[in-house]
Amino acid sequence: MEREGAPPLVHLVLVLVCLAWVLPTLGLLVSSVRPAADVASSGWWTVFRNPLDLTQYTLANYRQVLYQNGMAQAFVNSFIVTVPATLIPMLIAAFAAFAFAWFTFPGRDALFLMVVGLLVVPLQMTLIPVLRIYNSLGLSGTFLGIWLAHAGYGLPFAVYLLRNFFGSLPSDLFESAYIDGASPLTAFFRLALPLSVPALASLGIFQFLWVWNDLLVSLIYLGGSPSVAPLTLRLSSLVGSLGQNWHLLTAAAFVAMVVPVAVFFALQRYFVRGILAGAVKG
Amino acid sequence: MRTGRSWAWSFVAPALLILGLYLVYPTLATIYTSFLDRGSVHWVGLENYGYAFTSPAMLTAFRNNLLWLFLFTAATVGLGLMLAVLTDRVRYEAVAKSVIFLPMAVSFVGAGVVWKFVYAYNPPGASQIGLLNQIVVALGGQPVGWLLERPWMNNIALIVVGVWIWTGFAMVILSAAYKGIPRDLKEAARVDGAGEWQLFWRVSLPYIQSTLAVVTTTMLINVLKVFDIVYVMTNGNFGTEVVANRMYKEMFQFRNFGRASAVAVVLFLAIVPLMLLNIRRFRQQEVER
Repeated sequence: MEREGAPPLVHLVLVLVCLAWVLPTLGLLVSSVRPAADVASSGWWTVFRNPLDLTQYTLANYRQVLYQNGMAQAFVNSFIVTVPATLIPMLIAAFAAFAFAWFTFPGRDALFLMVVGLLVVPLQMTLIPVLRIYNSLGLSGTFLGIWLAHAGYGLPFAVYLLRNFFGSLPSDLFESAYIDGASPLTAFFRLALPLSVPALASLGIFQFLWVWNDLLVSLIYLGGSPSVAPLTLRLSSLVGSLGQNWHLLTAAAFVAMVVPVAVFFALQRYFVRGILAGAVKG
Repeated sequence: MRTGRSWAWSFVAPALLILGLYLVYPTLATIYTSFLDRGSVHWVGLENYGYAFTSPAMLTAFRNNLLWLFLFTAATVGLGLMLAVLTDRVRYEAVAKSVIFLPMAVSFVGAGVVWKFVYAYNPPGASQIGLLNQIVVALGGQPVGWLLERPWMNNIALIVVGVWIWTGFAMVILSAAYKGIPRDLKEAARVDGAGEWQLFWRVSLPYIQSTLAVVTTTMLINVLKVFDIVYVMTNGNFGTEVVANRMYKEMFQFRNFGRASAVAVVLFLAIVPLMLLNIRRFRQQEVER
């Protein structure tokens, strides 16, 4: 193994980069549990002079942010938005990807090329017409509207990823299932889906994080309605209204980050696998 | 596979319907709207495009997007490659990679607040609460208004946030490719007397070049669409405007749907070559399958 012989310079560079990557977030965390007056008057690093002096920590910022600044409601909203917006496109994409991988039908290749092309269409291109449709149907400011929008925007990647995965399954498997009299639906639910759990898991995490962290889509389709605003939207309006109230902003930012970070640490392996499946080929 | 066409169509129909409604139709409709006036009533020809290519706000946005294009792409791909190679050589590889990859999980809005706090500025003499100015002051310098100093410092400060978020992504992909280099190839080069640098430039880099192209393309696409970071941190003030944020402003602040559409189309046109590249790369893969 080469690992034994890394020169000191390698360690130095890596440690410095890791520090640069971790310090900004650490500062946010520390500040979020300090009293308002302390945050405004001294740097967060000063707590490390006496890290065990517990009087310098407080949860008051979180209490205020959650109950007075609406982050608790936004937290619930984020879940209401994210869970269906993750599951709907996964199911729809799985059906389509299965057909693209294993059925022959006229226009199959052209349609799939269209999906690959749509992967990179900027969302900005679609906002105005969709918003107009939403306004005339009364869908703007509703959860249904945002679920469908995220489903639409997540589909190209989901179809692409799953089609590659389904395509890599052995074809004998399906041949013998059909000889045994299985219908395409049975083949899909009993064979393809169970075998694709790893791909579905990574796609699910991907879509979950994407929707949870989204700002633009919520800003456009949920914009004016605080009762349905998810965390990112709430946080970005707090940045405007709280200005220099760092004790509140840091607490609010941490509330918005806690779920994706937990998901990341718990399921990092699948997340990485999803990224690699989507991008590393070729 | 021997199945009826009706099966195939019922499997793909829901996806095609949604793609049509949310991506295909709106794209065409936006192109059409870009030739109409602010309320989409009258035909105005290329007027909105005249605005999109000549107004001072858009020119600033183009300049900044170009700056993002070069600095962001070079930094994420360069750093990502360096980290992929370096982490491969140490035992704490998994920890180092997690730390660098973690910002990918955090929203751009969250990252915006994290970095706004890093860049926080107090006048000289007052105690600094922003990490970066504390470092500058500790080194004997004057505190800097990182997000205010135009035209370069504030744009670079925003780009740093993007780099912080995306470098982990580049690193993960490049690392997978780097680990895929056959060991024999490296051994053979070593036996022939190649040093570490030569090994990197002559063997590793050529071997992973197609992955490098994929990562670079991904980053270019990201850059063109950059929105959240700018929206949250400066909202395009102090000369930090970017094209995507401008589109949002034309749409919601000024309610000029014609101009907003034209700006979106410009963004789209910038991405089309990358889209064609994406399709071509995909077709090549299919041939090799």
